[in-house]
Amino acid sequence: MNGPGTQHLAALAGNPNCGKTTLFNEITGARQHVGNYPGITVEKKEGFCDLDGHQIRVVDLPGTYSLTAYSLEELVARDFLIYDRPAVVINIVDASNLERNLYLTIQLLELGIPLVLALNMIDAAAGRGVQIDSEELSRRLQVPVIPTVAKSGKGKAELLRVTLKHAEEQPLWSPLHISYGPDIDPVLDKMEAAITEARLLPELPARWTALKYLEADEQVMNKGREVNAELSKNLEDLAEAVTDHLQKTLESYPEAIIADHRYGFIAALLKGGVVTKTERADRLHFSDQLDHVLTNRLFGPFIMLAILYVVYQFTFTFSELPVSLMESAFSALGRLGEATLREGPLKSLVLSGIIDGVGGILGFVPLVLLMFFAIAILEDTGYLARVAYMLDRVFRTFGLHGSSVMAYIISGGIAGGCAVPGVMATRTLRSSRERLATLLTAPFMNCGAKLPVFAMLIAAFFPARHAQLMFLLTLLSWSMALLLAKLLRSTILRGPSTPFLLELPPYRLPTFKGLLIHTWERTWQYIRKAGTIILAISILFWALMAYPELPADQQERFRESRHEILSQLPEELRETLAQAPEPDPTLPEGFEQALAALHALDQEEAEAALQYSMAGRLGLALETVTRWSGFDWRTNLALLSGFAAKELILSTMGTAYSMGRSRPAEDLSLSEQLAQDSRWNKTRALALIVFIMLYAPCLPTVVCIVREAGAWKWGLFSLAFNTTVAFLAAVLIFLGGSWLGSGNW
Amino acid sequence: MDVIPMRRMSSRQRGVIAKVKANGELGRRIRDMGLVPGTPVEIQGRAPLKDPVAIRVRDFILTLRNNEADHILVQVDESP
Repeated sequence: MNGPGTQHLAALAGNPNCGKTTLFNEITGARQHVGNYPGITVEKKEGFCDLDGHQIRVVDLPGTYSLTAYSLEELVARDFLIYDRPAVVINIVDASNLERNLYLTIQLLELGIPLVLALNMIDAAAGRGVQIDSEELSRRLQVPVIPTVAKSGKGKAELLRVTLKHAEEQPLWSPLHISYGPDIDPVLDKMEAAITEARLLPELPARWTALKYLEADEQVMNKGREVNAELSKNLEDLAEAVTDHLQKTLESYPEAIIADHRYGFIAALLKGGVVTKTERADRLHFSDQLDHVLTNRLFGPFIMLAILYVVYQFTFTFSELPVSLMESAFSALGRLGEATLREGPLKSLVLSGIIDGVGGILGFVPLVLLMFFAIAILEDTGYLARVAYMLDRVFRTFGLHGSSVMAYIISGGIAGGCAVPGVMATRTLRSSRERLATLLTAPFMNCGAKLPVFAMLIAAFFPARHAQLMFLLTLLSWSMALLLAKLLRSTILRGPSTPFLLELPPYRLPTFKGLLIHTWERTWQYIRKAGTIILAISILFWALMAYPELPADQQERFRESRHEILSQLPEELRETLAQAPEPDPTLPEGFEQALAALHALDQEEAEAALQYSMAGRLGLALETVTRWSGFDWRTNLALLSGFAAKELILSTMGTAYSMGRSRPAEDLSLSEQLAQDSRWNKTRALALIVFIMLYAPCLPTVVCIVREAGAWKWGLFSLAFNTTVAFLAAVLIFLGGSWLGSGNW
Repeated sequence: MDVIPMRRMSSRQRGVIAKVKANGELGRRIRDMGLVPGTPVEIQGRAPLKDPVAIRVRDFILTLRNNEADHILVQVDESP
């Protein structure tokens, strides 16, 4: 027996939308962490809770409707139960939707794992006039049944107490036997006996294994074949014989018959007073009434556009101030570094490499945070499922799925998301083809990092049409993403679409805690990239831009020129200049000129150094290709750094363009500089905007794509494919624009 | 009392599932969602582009595409 102070493993299982996550948050509070199941991308949430000197380790299994082996989530949940053998499974069921939720429960009981049933949202059920006799249900199911309201924490203490007690007792696995009818039962008995005798897959209950053979469950059958090919073949033959028989007599399959009997079992279970409905069954629920308006064939799409517009407005209005505060904080940090650090490579590294690179990303945290908060509201209220429902027909035309919309929106579909959590959001898609097509096209959305670059270019070249152009760019990114998804789905990802079958959960008021956790999880993924990959890449790019240094003879030439200017000045002025190189009206005429000349020299040297550096040479070399799209070497440099993170495009361009000018760069913003630059025009700007919208996803996204798609080739593919598409589009715009006229229209 | 594919049902029409013809993954998904013979269903409405269709079944709302609804035969009540 376990003494005090032991740790017990409990798993949380349940359907999607049954309040599982809310209960998990309620039980574990902040003591949780998110990881992945080994080797695959399904999220594994774990948390701890203490009770009476014992600790319960709670694993939140993915929400599933059943324990078949069709989706990754189901496989993960099943494997965890079988191989990690938690002491207790807390099965959460939605009390107002009991029949369907119990379908999973029955499958858990067929497996025989010790179970505690949490009858959740008992208040919502009561509101719908549904009364449940939990004691009678408990007696019939032979498992503890605890009514709970996850949102308010009601029933939580009782649930934990019962869970702990159950775990302490260490009950044996006792599979539930139900009858699957005269066609299945005899053969099931026969198979069970054979499996028991041969000890096939001893970690599984024999009857369950037999059931899986009848259900044609590939995973279990493969395991069976591995350890005992002969017996497995016999079992498969038996299953096939039943299938043939059922096909001939009932035009049905063993799977279907088994499911029918499970539902039959549930129906019998709930009969005779377990569930009483006091109100008329056809009473319109509030949620249904809301749906009559929100998913109305006529108004639904308009309301959807309005809601998305409000989300956009909300995010940008409220993030304006914090973003500018963050920006000033980072520039203050930069000034501090400027003032305190000694001249030299270290200073340059800290200022240009670290503060600019990482600051650029962290500066947008408020915007990303608010966007994710807004998305969490849409998600947790249940509205996002309606969006998927309303848009599925459109998405299917392009070979995608209604749920693809979610990944697009998080990636920046309303403008201002992040492709990293966006790519991760494709986990809800079950088909690998649709999922791949979605995650490869989601990076075309205008993420929060591309927006400031667009804003800068628009301010420089299209100042009067900011709002319209941003809207146009949003439309353009959606059109491109959808068209290219269609292209992928009709070429390398060709294949039939997967079942849609989406549940529309009742509209719910989200809990604040749930929203915060939801928002934070995604925002954290965004922040984390700043600290890891982007920091590393910023440093790498800084090194590429700083080294190799100008050869000694060239440095010497600049030094001589500088000396020449200084030597023409009177002695005392030289001193002043060395101490405070600031323009000062009290000083004589020659001083101003000398100062300007020195500045020009500094910039010239910086430009020469940049051109001489690795990155500069790369940028120059790329000009042979990018002249077709109108990008000079400075732009190429910025685009290269944008591969690390799109946020860096702006700062690299700033660095590259602040050089080679006769006046100090602080006088003009980058946007103003470009507007005055004769080499730039509207066509060039537009070609650049479209290129940035479409070209290679940033490195963190590529890493994420590789992880989610499960193969390096997809990461490399997205690099090559997106850049090619972007380049072709930019060339088209640039050549088209130049052909039409001067390029300024 | 006709048996018709679910796709042909009109809005608000009710019926009882008579047969699910799908097998494989689609069949399994349909059954996981509680659509088995004998289950009462009611059409709630259709998406703006007439597809997917939303149905009320076992106290929740499920949406499925028309080509999926084709596999489900429903014994319908008289027109709504």
